[in-house]
Amino acid sequence: MKILILALLAFLACAPARADEFSDAVRALNADNFADKIAAVETLAGLGDGRAATILEAMSDGNLLATKDGAILIQRASGFTDALTQAPASGEGAEPITVNNRLRGALRGAVGRLGLFSPDAELRKRAAESVLTSPTPESAGMMRRALANETVPEVRTLLALALANLDLADEDPARRRAAVAALRDSSDPLSRGRLQAMLENETDSEVRAAAEKAVSEINFRLSLVSIGANIFQGLSLGSVMLLAAIGLAVTFGVMGVINMAHGEMIMLGAYTAFVVQELFRAFLPPGLIGWYLPVAVPVAFVVTFLVGVALERSVIRFLYGRPLETMLATWGISLMLQQLVRSIFGASNREVANPDWMTGGVDLIGGFTLTYNRVVIIIFCMAVLGALAALLRWSSFGLHMRAVTQNRPMASAMGIPTGRIDAATFGLGSGIAGMAGVALSQIGNVSPNLGQGYIVDSFMVVVFGGVGSLWGTLVGALSLGLVNKILEPYAGAMLGKILVLVVIILFIQKRPRGLFALKGRSVES
Amino acid sequence: MLDDSFEVQVDEPAGPGVPAAGSILYLDGVSVSFDGFKALNSLSLILAPGELRTIVGPNGAGKTTMMDVITGKTRPDEGDVLFDQKIDLTQLDESEIANLGIGRKFQKPTVFEHLSVFENLELALKADRGTFATLMFLLKSEHRDRIDATLARIGLADKAVQRAGSLSHGQKQWLEIGMLLMQDQRLLLLDEPVAGMTDSETEATAQLMLDLAKDGTRSLVVVEHDMEFVRALGAKVTVLHEGSVLAEGSLETIQADAKVVEVYLGR
Amino acid sequence: MTLHPSLSARLFATDDRRLWWGLGAAALVLLVVIPALNLLPTPGSALHVPNYVVTLLGKYLCYATLALAMDLVWGYCGVLSLGHGAFFALGGYAMGMFMMRSIGARGVYGNAELPDFMVFLNWKELPWYWMGFDQFWFAALMALLVPGALAFVFGWLAFRSRITGVYLSIITQAMTYALMLAFFRNEMGFGGNNGLTDFKDILGFPLAQPSTKLALYLLSALVLGLAFLLVRFVITSKLGRIMMAVRDAESRVRFLGYSPTHVKLFAFTLSAMLAGLAGALYVPQVGIINPSEFSPANSIEIAIWVAVGGRGTLVGAVLGAFAVNGAKTWLTGAAPELWLFLLGALFIAVTLGLPKGLLGLWGQIRRKEVRDA
Repeated sequence: MKILILALLAFLACAPARADEFSDAVRALNADNFADKIAAVETLAGLGDGRAATILEAMSDGNLLATKDGAILIQRASGFTDALTQAPASGEGAEPITVNNRLRGALRGAVGRLGLFSPDAELRKRAAESVLTSPTPESAGMMRRALANETVPEVRTLLALALANLDLADEDPARRRAAVAALRDSSDPLSRGRLQAMLENETDSEVRAAAEKAVSEINFRLSLVSIGANIFQGLSLGSVMLLAAIGLAVTFGVMGVINMAHGEMIMLGAYTAFVVQELFRAFLPPGLIGWYLPVAVPVAFVVTFLVGVALERSVIRFLYGRPLETMLATWGISLMLQQLVRSIFGASNREVANPDWMTGGVDLIGGFTLTYNRVVIIIFCMAVLGALAALLRWSSFGLHMRAVTQNRPMASAMGIPTGRIDAATFGLGSGIAGMAGVALSQIGNVSPNLGQGYIVDSFMVVVFGGVGSLWGTLVGALSLGLVNKILEPYAGAMLGKILVLVVIILFIQKRPRGLFALKGRSVES
Repeated sequence: MLDDSFEVQVDEPAGPGVPAAGSILYLDGVSVSFDGFKALNSLSLILAPGELRTIVGPNGAGKTTMMDVITGKTRPDEGDVLFDQKIDLTQLDESEIANLGIGRKFQKPTVFEHLSVFENLELALKADRGTFATLMFLLKSEHRDRIDATLARIGLADKAVQRAGSLSHGQKQWLEIGMLLMQDQRLLLLDEPVAGMTDSETEATAQLMLDLAKDGTRSLVVVEHDMEFVRALGAKVTVLHEGSVLAEGSLETIQADAKVVEVYLGR
Repeated sequence: MTLHPSLSARLFATDDRRLWWGLGAAALVLLVVIPALNLLPTPGSALHVPNYVVTLLGKYLCYATLALAMDLVWGYCGVLSLGHGAFFALGGYAMGMFMMRSIGARGVYGNAELPDFMVFLNWKELPWYWMGFDQFWFAALMALLVPGALAFVFGWLAFRSRITGVYLSIITQAMTYALMLAFFRNEMGFGGNNGLTDFKDILGFPLAQPSTKLALYLLSALVLGLAFLLVRFVITSKLGRIMMAVRDAESRVRFLGYSPTHVKLFAFTLSAMLAGLAGALYVPQVGIINPSEFSPANSIEIAIWVAVGGRGTLVGAVLGAFAVNGAKTWLTGAAPELWLFLLGALFIAVTLGLPKGLLGLWGQIRRKEVRDA
C-alpha cells in the first residue's frame, strides 16, 4: 500500500501541470454522448495518471456515478468516494454513467495501457506486451512517458519496440529510419508485417533499403525459429510414438507376438498414474504431491508387468506359432481390459495433473515455447530406450532372451527356462507400455479408450523401422514424428497423418521388412 | 574375394551363351551370401539335356541353396543361371520358372496337408495355370486316367481320398514325387528323395529315376546322402563343398579323390 | 438358359445332400415364412413378426454376406484382412450418396442440387466425384467397383511384395484407419463426422414404409443366397483348392507354377466387392452411414463372426454372423456393460478352445455320438 501511495506521489509530482487536465477529463466522462465519453477515456489513458485505472475500471463495471452538481463518484461495497479526491462522499441523487459496448471496448484498452504506470513490474510487462501487439498512435505520448520512467530492462525493450512500430509511420524520415533499425533485431511476425506495410508507400529510398533489409533479416530468423519449432514438435511427437512403440518392439520384434492389447497396457499405466496421484492427495501432505509422478513410473511398470505375465501364462503361450490367432485373442483381451477400466473408473476422462515442476516452459524467440512436460517426455523416452538396450545387451536375462528368440529348442536344451523367459519378455514389453502410459497421461486425456489411439501408430512405427530392431524403432518413430509435424502446416493434422499412413503402406511394399531389416535364411522361412 | 584363391576356375567361359551351348542347365560363377556367410561361392555347373546327375556334399555345402537359386527362391548376388541355353533364370520368379518346365521336390516333403492325395495330384497336373482357367477347370476323363496312373505308380492308389496330412513321411515323399510326375517337367530337381524310405522303397525310387531319365527327354538333378542310392543311379556325381564344386566324375573317381575323402567321405 | 457345364456340374452334383436340404429350409424360412408372419397375422398376436425384427434380420443378412466375403479370403485363402469393414463402408457410402441425391429439394435447405451438409459448408457446386450418383445403376455399380478397385490396387501392391500373415493384417488395418480419418474430414465431401443420413426414399419407395423395409429384407436374403452360391462355386473349383493350398503352404504353390499373387488378388477383390454389396444393402436399412464404420474395431469384429461360426466353412460364417450379432443386440439392450466382456471372452475362447468354431464343435459332438453308439 505504501508503495502505491509513493508511486502516486511520484506521478503527481512529475506532472503537476496536468492536474487540471486530469480533473477535466474525469468530469468529461459524464458527457452527453458516447463519442465525447470515449474521447475523455482516451485522454485519461493518454495522461498516464495512476488514479485513472481505478476510475475507468469502476466505469466499465457500471460503478461510476455522477451527481447533479457534476461530481464523479465511485461506488464501492463500503460506500461512495469522490473519484478525484478519494474522499468519502454521499451518493444522494447520483446516477450511474451509462456505458455501451464501444465504450466498454475503449475502457478495456485504456485500462490495459494504464497498466504501463502500475507499480507492479509484472503488470507493466503485460501491459507493454499488449501495446506491442496493438499500438495506436494516440498512445504514443503515453508510451514515451512510460519509457522515460521505466527501469526494468525487459519492459523497456518491449516499449521501445512498440514505439518503433509506431514511429514507422512518423513524418520524419530520421525517426522512421531509427524505428526500422530498432525493429531489425526483433523476431516478431507482427513487426515484420508492419515493416512490410510500411514498404508499400515508403518514399525515402534510404529508409526503404533499410526496411527491406530488416524484413529479410526477420524472415531469416523466423524461418530458423519455425524450423526449430518443427524439429522440437516432431521430436516430441516422435518420442511419444516411440514410447508407445518400444514395448511393442519387444513383444512383436523379439517374440513375434502381435499384442493388440498393447494399447491397453499403456492405458493401464496411465490409470496407475491417476491412482497414485489420488493416493498422494489423500494420504500425504500437499507439499509432496509433485512426487507422485516419479513414484507412479515404477508402480506402473510393476502393475503392467504383472498383467503382462498373467496374460502370457494364461492365454498367449498357448498360441505361439499361430500369429493370426494371437492377434485375435489379444484383441479380445483389449476389449475386456477397456470394459474393466470403464466399469471401475467410469467412461469419462480422468484428470492427471502435471506436477508443478513440469508445468510451464521456456519462452524462446518468435513466440515459440519449449514446454517442460514435452522436454521431460523426450528425456524420459530416451532413458527408457537406453535402459532397455542396455538390459538386452548386457544382462543375463537379455542374453537368455536373445538365445530363446534365435533358437528355442537349443536354448531349452542348454537349460534356459524358455517358458519363464517368454513370460518375463512379455511382461517387460507390457511394463514398458505401462511406463509409457504414465508419460502419456501427462499430455493427454486419461480414458478407457486411451490405448486405441496409439495402437495403429505403434504398429506402423515398429513395422516401418524394421521388426526386431530397437534402433529401427527409434529411427522409425522419430522420423515419422518429424514427417508428421513437417506436413502438418501444409496439409493439416488429419491429412498429414493420412499421408504418413499411405506413405508407410507404400513403403512396406518396397521393403516388407522395414528400414532396418534383419537378413538371412531364418527370416525367409 | 581374397579367400577364393584356393578354388581357381581353369576354363574361363569365352563369353555368355557360348559355353552354355547344348546344355539344359548352365550355372556360372554363382555366389550367394547370407549375412556374410557364403552359401554359394562362385559355383559353376553344366547339365546336358537328358542327363541324370547326382550331387553329394556335406551339410552346408550349398546343395539346397543351389536348388533355391535355380528355382527362383533365392536371387544370386552374382553369376549366370541359364535354362535351355538362353533363358536367364535370375530374372524370373518361382512360378514362372516352374512354368518353364523345372520341377522341384523339397528336402522336407511339402504337400498340401488339408487336401486329399488326389487333389494334390490334380493341382500338379499339367494344365493352364491362369486364375480364370482354374476357376472354370473341369476334370476330364483323360486327366482322371493320368492321375489314377500316377497314383498306381507311386503306390498310393488306395489312399486317393485320404487327406495328405495323414500320410506317413515316406508316403509324403512318394506323393511329392507323384506331383513332380504330374507336372511333366523337362528338368527335375530332387532334394533327398529317399530320406525316410525303406530299402525296398529306395530301390523302387532309384528304378523310377532311371526310368524317367531313360527316354532322354527329361534331365534330373538328384541330391542325396545315401551312397547306396547314388551307386544304384550310376550317374555322374558332383561333389559340393563350401559352396563350390570340389570334384566331378563317376562315383569311383570321386571315391578315389583324396580331397573328397578328406572333407566328405571320411578316411 | 444353359449353365456353363462346370457350373452346373459343381453346383448340383454334390455329395452332401443335407447341405442342400438345409439351404432349402433356410431359404423357405427367410423368404416365405418370415415375410408371411410379418404380413398376415394381426400386429400384437404371438405369431406376428414385428417390422423392427424384419429390419434387424435384414441387417444380420447383410452382416452374413460380409462374413461370407471374409471367409473367402481368410478361411479359404489364409489372408486375414483387418480392413474388410472399409469395403463394406465404401459400398454403403456409394448407396448413401445415391439416396442423398434422391432427397433433392426436400432437404432442410431445400437445395435441389446439393446435399444439406454441402449447403451448410457453403459449397457452391457438387464435387466431381458426386456426379452420376443421382442414377441408381451408377451408384450400385460403384458400390461394387470402388471396393473392388481399392482391393485390387491395395492387394496387388501387397501380395506382389509378398506381404503375408500379420504384416498384411496390420497394413489392412492401417488402410481402414487412414480411410476413417479421411472420411472424418469435412473437406472430403462425404458429410464428415455425421456421414450421410436423413434419407427419404430409395427408387421412389419411402424408407420409413414397412413394405419398403420388407422388400429390402427380402433383397438382402436373396443376395446372401446368391453370394453363398457364388463363393461355393469358387471354393469348389480347382481355383478354390489352389486357394487352400496357398493358405497352407504358399511357397510350395509357386513351385507348382501357380501365382499366389493372382490367386489371392482374385479372392481379395471378389471378397471386397461382396463386402461392398453387403454395405450397399445395409445402409438403406439402417438409414445412416458415417466414418465410424471404417473403425479398425469393426473390421476385427467381422473376423470373430467367422471364427465363431467356423472358418473355412460357408455355413459357419453365416451362422457366426447371426449368432454374434444376435448376442450383441440382446446383450447391449439387457446388460450393456457385459457386452464387451462377452465379446472379448469370445475372441479368446474361440482362438484357444474352438479353432474350428461352433460348426467344428458340433461336428466333434456328432462324431463322438456316432462312436459311442
